[in-house]
Amino acid sequence: IGGAYVAANMMVPQVHTPVAATLGLTAQAQQTAPADTVVFDLGRPATAAEIAAWDIDIRPDGAGLPDGSGDVWTGEDLYIDNCAVCHGDFGEAIGRWPVLAGGQGSLTNDRPVKTIGSYWPYLSTVYDYVNRAMPFGNAQSLTDDEVYAVTAYLLYLNDLVDDDFVLDRETLSTFEMPNRDAFYMDDRADTEYAIFTGEPCMENCKDTVEITARAAVVDVTPEDEAARIARQAAATGTDIGVTEADASAQVAAAETDDPVEEGTTPLAATATDNALADAGPDPELVAAGEKVFKQCSACHQVGDGARNRTGPMLNGIVDHPAGVVEGFRYSKVFGQFAEDGLVWTPEELSAFLAAPRDYAPRTKMSFRGLESDDDLAAVIAYLGTFAQ
Amino acid sequence: QGDPAITELQPWMQQLGEGVDARPYGMPSPHEAHVKRRSVEWLTADPVSSVNFTPLHDLDGIITPNGLCFERHHAGIAEVDPAQHRLMINGLVDYELVFTMEDLARFPRHNKVYFLECAANSGMEWRGAQLNGCQFTHGMIHNVMYTGVMLRDVLATAGVQTAGKWILPEGADASGMTRSIPMDKALDDCMIATHMNGERLRPEQGYPIRLVVPGWEGNMWVKWLRRIEVGDQPWHHREETSKYTDLLADGAARRFTWAMDAKSVITNPSPQAPLTHGAGPTVLTGVAWSGRGSIPRVDVTIDGGKNWHQARMDGPSFDKSMHRFYFDFDWDGKPMLLQSRAHDSTGYVQPTKNQLRQVRGENSIYHNNGIQTWAVDARGEAENVEIG
Repeated sequence: IGGAYVAANMMVPQVHTPVAATLGLTAQAQQTAPADTVVFDLGRPATAAEIAAWDIDIRPDGAGLPDGSGDVWTGEDLYIDNCAVCHGDFGEAIGRWPVLAGGQGSLTNDRPVKTIGSYWPYLSTVYDYVNRAMPFGNAQSLTDDEVYAVTAYLLYLNDLVDDDFVLDRETLSTFEMPNRDAFYMDDRADTEYAIFTGEPCMENCKDTVEITARAAVVDVTPEDEAARIARQAAATGTDIGVTEADASAQVAAAETDDPVEEGTTPLAATATDNALADAGPDPELVAAGEKVFKQCSACHQVGDGARNRTGPMLNGIVDHPAGVVEGFRYSKVFGQFAEDGLVWTPEELSAFLAAPRDYAPRTKMSFRGLESDDDLAAVIAYLGTFAQ
Repeated sequence: QGDPAITELQPWMQQLGEGVDARPYGMPSPHEAHVKRRSVEWLTADPVSSVNFTPLHDLDGIITPNGLCFERHHAGIAEVDPAQHRLMINGLVDYELVFTMEDLARFPRHNKVYFLECAANSGMEWRGAQLNGCQFTHGMIHNVMYTGVMLRDVLATAGVQTAGKWILPEGADASGMTRSIPMDKALDDCMIATHMNGERLRPEQGYPIRLVVPGWEGNMWVKWLRRIEVGDQPWHHREETSKYTDLLADGAARRFTWAMDAKSVITNPSPQAPLTHGAGPTVLTGVAWSGRGSIPRVDVTIDGGKNWHQARMDGPSFDKSMHRFYFDFDWDGKPMLLQSRAHDSTGYVQPTKNQLRQVRGENSIYHNNGIQTWAVDARGEAENVEIG
């Protein structure tokens, strides 16, 4: 292939010339392309290594699956470390992250629970998606064996296999998911288009009309004070100069008035004052830390309006007691840290972030750790710039 | 005495303004700061895998400004360096090829205006009126002019083999977005876009290249496009099995529901854009679109469907593009029930929400193109309601 292509490439580099025949394309290729298609001599051959690096997709028939295998128990450890923080210990999900297990028999309910076990038609989809997109924020970090193992454990969580199950190319490509036959091709052309076609009534179409549902009763629309003020200003012709930023500042101010939960140590301003003491943080180090923090930002927020998400918000974390951010559900090990009075000095933070799972066994934080001392110093300097 | 806007000297009448280059990339007037994309926080677990909405009520004409096109990301905005970005074609082709962005710019370029609508647009409204504002009920849509190359020209260069019936476009973001698309569509009107509304794609819209799949659900328009595999069958990946399948009342689900059926919404007045001028001449306006053609006609009613009037279509009418309609009338200052009903060039007439529910039940989430109702009270305030 490469040789044939190079030969074609050596032709006069006129974009509009080489036709299929000159390129030596097969008869099939010429058939597929529409008659008016011109073949352009552009691009270069992909190498085998390049294709191997990117061609990771898996199909229901097993096409694309790598060698390897994984068992349920290995999968459980991986799942607890990498997945449970969002999807819950049993696939029940935290917050609005996807529910992965259960829901069998619920698809005709008012509130169907669509999970891997109750809804997904093919097991290959689980392998493919975990492999390409999970863990969230650290995609493509699991080995082939690990993806097999996590996939096996997800079957176990859905009561679809026993605990001695081992997943590999053979068992995956022959596995039948319970909801496989409940999908069919789009049939709107047959079932809907005839009903929804034709000249509709234009005059005296009904005698009475009544309101049957109101969004104001549901009341879930985001408030937008600034837009309301702008509308009023436009209507009255008196622009009172309130901008979006002003309004959101008011909201932010109101939110920070939240009372500190009784019994917890307020995140002390003095802590961050210490971090900022003397000459203050090195701006270059802080800038480097901001880049490092991108690895953390899928789960942790800092700055104005920071909230707890998958992980606690981290404003004022440096030199602050561990495990006491209000409203965050900590793991047992962090509960113990709080009880022991651990304080996140730069040294302790550094030790934790270098090897989270050694420092805090069974922590919910699914992060492998920062290898570089420079990165550790930078991210701690960055965190030190955020006061509570 | 006189309007102070006239009788008083305004600062901009007297003082000099900023010179050229003060705003090398211009922004809207600060008085338009309320015109922006908005999200609904409770919809999703995390902003990096979420959606925001186009402010349809603040726009006119048919083109969506680039900075207001709604965003849907599955792993945040990929910040791609075009010099480090490639497009690979592999699978059932005669030549597996790699293209740089410069290579792609050497294919013939085309300009087309298309709408892009998320399949879940109006999905929150399946069970009843919920969100107050067309931004939230209908804002997962934008309509821009794309500049790009035809996918068929790029595929012809690789030489699609006879067995190649499907393509799998794949994104370069951390979700590795993939969808299966039939070859007929790929060779018909799909594009690889480099520009929107004359400028390069915005990062949040897939810079430097995205797939354009005219008339079909937005999830298929893969952003940050890095690879297209050609295969003989669909891949059944996550976004075409566990998501973007339409669960019906009997527990079965439609899959591959690609086309977006005809739909319309009145953008003004609407809950975020009340009538503030009282009785008298007023302009009702809205947008309509169909993934299966153009929109020759829109009907509107102000009395909840007792009587309908043909709206005035204005502006260019392109296939699979947004259309603008107006209804200019004298408001008597009494409460109104507003609806619009699109007719597309195939003869399809936009159904009511209850007609859709009769066919599909209430668990479909996707492809809700039912007629929207706004209740306008005597003050001109509008609310999202359903009527019977």
